[in-house]
Amino acid sequence: MYSEKVMEHFMHPRNVGEISDADGVGTVGNPVCGDLMTMYIKVKDNKLEDIKFKTFGCGAAIATSSMTTELAMGKTLDEAMKITRADVAENLGGLPPIKMHCSNLAADALHEAIKDYKEKKEQTE
Amino acid sequence: MDHGAGMPLGSKVFEAMKMHFMETYGNPSSSHSAGNSAKNAMESARDRVARLVAAEKPQEIIFTSGGTESNNLAIRGFAHRNRKKGNHIIITAIEHISVINICKLLQKQGFEVSSIPVDKQGIVDLEKLEEAITNKTILISVMYANGEIGTIQPIREIGKLAQENSIGFHVDAVAAAGKIPINVKDENIDLLSLSSNDMYGPKGVGALYIKKGTKIQPIIQGGGQERGLRSGTENIPGIVGMGKAAEIAKIEMEAEGERLKVLRDKLIKGVLDKIDYSFLNGHLTERLPNNANVRFSYIEGESLILGLDMYGIQVSSGSACTSKTLEPSHVLLAIGLAHEEAHGSLVFTLGKQNSEEDVDYVLEVLPNVVKRLRALSPLTPKEMVR
Repeated sequence: MYSEKVMEHFMHPRNVGEISDADGVGTVGNPVCGDLMTMYIKVKDNKLEDIKFKTFGCGAAIATSSMTTELAMGKTLDEAMKITRADVAENLGGLPPIKMHCSNLAADALHEAIKDYKEKKEQTE
Repeated sequence: MDHGAGMPLGSKVFEAMKMHFMETYGNPSSSHSAGNSAKNAMESARDRVARLVAAEKPQEIIFTSGGTESNNLAIRGFAHRNRKKGNHIIITAIEHISVINICKLLQKQGFEVSSIPVDKQGIVDLEKLEEAITNKTILISVMYANGEIGTIQPIREIGKLAQENSIGFHVDAVAAAGKIPINVKDENIDLLSLSSNDMYGPKGVGALYIKKGTKIQPIIQGGGQERGLRSGTENIPGIVGMGKAAEIAKIEMEAEGERLKVLRDKLIKGVLDKIDYSFLNGHLTERLPNNANVRFSYIEGESLILGLDMYGIQVSSGSACTSKTLEPSHVLLAIGLAHEEAHGSLVFTLGKQNSEEDVDYVLEVLPNVVKRLRALSPLTPKEMVR
């Protein structure tokens, strides 16, 4: 059902964990639906210095989380905001159609984390 | 350990079927000798299936294409044939999806359907069932045992209730047949659905027991095979295979059931002992000998399946993420689980190929898979992740 790349990221996910002093945190999904993910980011010089995630969900949810952190690491905030769900799926060698909407939420979680960072920054300035 | 989804064909079953593809390929409706030999093979299979469920006469068995068709023929065939007596049907909340969808169709055609709740272990509420009976009730349909949570229903009591109220009684025995003894006479069953593949027979074959005197109408029109109730040239190799599977099941059921119960209980106890926040779904004892259904907090079933598959362990889940509809199992919701609890469920259905070593292997691998996924999950309490 899943591509080799998806299975590889599912078995060996990159950047798992939490960042206790994160600059931004984004959570999307709902355990009732079967998918919940949280992204933590550290920002330095307008770039993503570190990203970590925690995900409850199916194989696709875990693999897309992992891939999203890999795609976004080191990027500027503007570049990271341009990463789409389709980019994540494409870099994983595709996802089953039924998984495209329900489990491919990681890019959204990343965008939420960046928005959270920007809001916090505005408040302190 | 996913025998509920598909069973291997028994080697003796395959042997019995083989000659009916190449050598005795006659049509049982023909009058010549090839036709006769096909007919004899079919009648012998009918006798074997009848014996498995203790039917009085082999003629009470009709062959179909499987459990789904048997449920359709039983419920739709009975409802329409007995429409003048009433339009009310009673089922339970945990019936197979075929029964539920048949009843949805019947509702559009003017029938009324009551779905009776089950308790937390999955046993139907007999009081509510009795209360639901009206003077319009013509049929009660309850599964013998649930294939997903393994719970066995009080079929004898329901049969008695149906008989006292002169209501037809249909039982979907697809998950139970060949695993636990069934006696259609003692249990007052009028219609009983069976599937070949769920007892090591070939896929694409099933049967319906129709008690002598029970009136149903066909759902397929044609040349009048199977006493006019199931037209179409009979699937002789399949029917022979089902007959052989039924014969073997009757002989081996008791010993194999005892063997599987030991494995099942070791698996359940081992999982609950070794893994915190794990729970049994279904009843501890009123349970199919081959079924273990457990759930784990904070994680999701599809990722559990994938994680176990990496170690060569094949299982099922009631999670929405494994279904075509993206809805969690209606059975798990009916026993009172929240959606997020249903997502974390895992179903083991053991079979002839499984040994105690397999159970030990699962108990070795599963705790680590659960631990890994919990470490990934934002729902896991921090003190659980080291």
